[in-house]
Amino acid sequence: MGSIVLEKVKKSFGDVTVIPPLDLQIDDGEFVVFVGPSGCGKSTLLRLIAGLEDVSGGTIRIDGRDATEIPPARRGLAMVFQSYALYPHMSVRKNIAFPLRMAKLDQAEIDRRVGAAADILNLTAYLDRRPGQLSGGQRQRVAIGRAIVREPAAFLFDEPLSNLDAALRVGMRLEISELHKRLATTMIYVTHDQVEAMTMADKIVVLQAGVIEQVGSPLELYQRPRNVFVAGFIGSPRMNLIEGAEARKHDAAAIGIRPEHLEISQTEGLWKGTVGVSEHLGSDTFFHVQTNASAQPLTARASGELALGYGSEVYLTPRPEHLHRFDENGLRIA
Amino acid sequence: MARAVSTRRKVMTTALAWAIGLLIFFPIYWTILTSFKTEAQAINNPPLFFGFDWTLENYSVVQERSDYMRFLWNSVIIAGGSTALGILVAVPAAWSMAFVPSRRTKDILLWMLSTKMLPAVGVLYPISLIFVEFNLLDTRIGLILVLMLINLPIIVWMLYTYFREIPGEILEAARMDGAGLREEILYVLTPMAIPGIASTVLLNVILAWNEAFWTLNLTAANAGPLTAFIASYSSPEGLFYAKLSAASTMAIAPILILGWFSQKQLVRGLTFGAVK
Amino acid sequence: MATQHSRSAARLMMAPAVILLLGWMLVPLTMTLYFSFKKYLPMRGDSLERGLDWVGFENYSRFLNSSSFWPSVQATLLIVGGVLVITVVLGVLLAILLDQPIWGQGIVRILIIAPFFVMPTVSALVWKNMFMDPVNGMFAHLWRFFGAEPVSWLSDASVQSIIMIVSWQWLPFATLILLTAIQSLDSEQIEAAEMDGASVLSRFFYIVLPHLSRAITIVILIQTIFLLSIFAEIFVTTGGAFGTRTLTYLIFQRVVDSQNIGLGSAGGVYAIILANIVAIFLMRIVGKNLDR
Repeated sequence: MGSIVLEKVKKSFGDVTVIPPLDLQIDDGEFVVFVGPSGCGKSTLLRLIAGLEDVSGGTIRIDGRDATEIPPARRGLAMVFQSYALYPHMSVRKNIAFPLRMAKLDQAEIDRRVGAAADILNLTAYLDRRPGQLSGGQRQRVAIGRAIVREPAAFLFDEPLSNLDAALRVGMRLEISELHKRLATTMIYVTHDQVEAMTMADKIVVLQAGVIEQVGSPLELYQRPRNVFVAGFIGSPRMNLIEGAEARKHDAAAIGIRPEHLEISQTEGLWKGTVGVSEHLGSDTFFHVQTNASAQPLTARASGELALGYGSEVYLTPRPEHLHRFDENGLRIA
Repeated sequence: MARAVSTRRKVMTTALAWAIGLLIFFPIYWTILTSFKTEAQAINNPPLFFGFDWTLENYSVVQERSDYMRFLWNSVIIAGGSTALGILVAVPAAWSMAFVPSRRTKDILLWMLSTKMLPAVGVLYPISLIFVEFNLLDTRIGLILVLMLINLPIIVWMLYTYFREIPGEILEAARMDGAGLREEILYVLTPMAIPGIASTVLLNVILAWNEAFWTLNLTAANAGPLTAFIASYSSPEGLFYAKLSAASTMAIAPILILGWFSQKQLVRGLTFGAVK
Repeated sequence: MATQHSRSAARLMMAPAVILLLGWMLVPLTMTLYFSFKKYLPMRGDSLERGLDWVGFENYSRFLNSSSFWPSVQATLLIVGGVLVITVVLGVLLAILLDQPIWGQGIVRILIIAPFFVMPTVSALVWKNMFMDPVNGMFAHLWRFFGAEPVSWLSDASVQSIIMIVSWQWLPFATLILLTAIQSLDSEQIEAAEMDGASVLSRFFYIVLPHLSRAITIVILIQTIFLLSIFAEIFVTTGGAFGTRTLTYLIFQRVVDSQNIGLGSAGGVYAIILANIVAIFLMRIVGKNLDR
């Protein structure tokens, strides 16, 4: 109960096409993350699914039913907004109950569902407060509560964590994942943060300029990025991309190697270089090394124990089995 | 912020500010004071600031002689009616422009504003002609209509700037939650916009109350509001300062009180949101 | 949020306001324009039923060539200009003063704003009788106290008196808006300038004044539009005598007193054009503000 299929869905504002015709299949119970840089059309795509924007062409099917012309409220979807969009003049209880009130459910049923949602989200103690009296994380939970009570076919999240501070974000990330496991309902989640995408998704959809660059599980995307854009976007720190002579040695226009796949040695190796800035995370250290292989410094990961001073000489060697090769169009060479 | 300022400097600025404030307020103060004097005391030389016999006689005379209550009632009806009508027309319009903006929204807003700048005197005759034609001359309903129309642009603008501060996501959330247009406006937008609507009402009551071109030119004995009532004192007979003061005090008191509540909104309303 | 459905709903909800204002603007405007090309003297038997004579641009040229036209332009400019200078200069100073830490700031603010809420007829009458009256007015008492001859303000210094009354009414408006603008000035900017060694005076000229320039422009434009059509203040004080007949008042007299509708309408068209010139500048600023 929650499959969503987009067929040739297209969106343009006036003469500007933000999403060229696009197909996408989201299965029931999946946690799908739309990720991409700002302005890539991921939020627009979500709003098209929600029905908050009209499609300029194509068909949206929800559970096999053509939902393209159905108004948002009747699509059976619930949305959690970036700003949470809580009704400031209503108590938490009334906020959560609002969709049920609109659906004209009887009071006993409303109370039951609100109570259950508050229970799941640890909001019982706050039911009679106004949103203004809550912390960011609590507001987030109220917004989720408002979505849960409708028992929707799918949840839509529009960058729900971007207004929280870093520590809370990690906590809420876990809570949302936990919620997904418990409810087993389809969730579509929009973010620009690839860490959120990697940690939460069953399936990631990478978007750029309205075009789907790749769809796949987090590990698929990480291990076999379909093109240079995905390679650079997924993974932190970014994959090292090397063009020119070194790439030609591998019959490619560009080669990519992730920081953890570069061996660091002080005595011997493929590329000689000088250590620039080192970033110590405790468990790991990232060294930015200027080599003769590329104009840009390469990032290499080492264990936290390795200490190399600014300006020291090192050798980097890529592990050949982890080398990614891309052609002149930026596409992966198998 | 808020650095410590030397007390001496604060004393000096305070004294200066108070002096200027009192000077500017003085005509109003003097009017109120004079309204409690007898006519002879009112024109006494030197002016009496204290040591006169407080009397309420002027107020009762004004009411008796010129039926003050009727003018007051007219003012209330006209200012209240035109504002209520204006809000009724403006809320949907402002909703549309704030939440469903199109390429023409800005032009429409500016055009509305431009109608506010039409010099009244330029259309005085046509309007009186229309008033005669429809038997609206010296009626409250006629004046309600005209004042509604001249203030409508301000009402739309003020509501628009308030509505724009309501995040569109909240209305979208309501839509996702199954609210129709009616529920959306009734249960979500209006309660959130109450403070904005209230200050819009306040400012427009003040503007309508003080309007002194159409009220003077389109009314006579029947529908005349307080502006017209006061103007009738411009050709007095005999001693009348105290009575003029009493009449003036009664005419401005309600709006002075309302006005003090609406300082902030005043700026916003009168600059069409350009200064906040 | 722009779905087809909400867009059509929006159009429908906007219709009443747009139609009303369109009617309010177009109908009288068309009539004024029509009358301005006609000879229309109801007191001399002209009437709409019998039809009016077309006189081309005669009303327009007669309005310009009448002996009262240029004096009225002069009076208008003097009054509008005088009030603008007084309110803006004093407004800036007062705004700066009120922005300082003072005791009872709220109350002082209220005292200063109060005149704005006084209806025009009241303030005109109070000033005319209780302050400017040459026998019993407060000023007369004051002048006598210092041994001077009381002045008949509204006949001997009529334009100045009107400027004074109107300035008193509009100073609160200018002050309030400029104060709001000053308070939005980032205090870090001032502190940065202080660190850079700017004196109080140069801080005023290089930071405060430029920051206020937009607010000042808005005050000037909005006041100009209102001041061009001040009416009640003149109506109850001088009745347009003693050189206080402004353009607005002249048109009013043509229409109401001498019942020369054609001539008055031509004057009205001039006034509308004049107001629109000012309005265009105001719209530009307000419009730019909308884009943010």
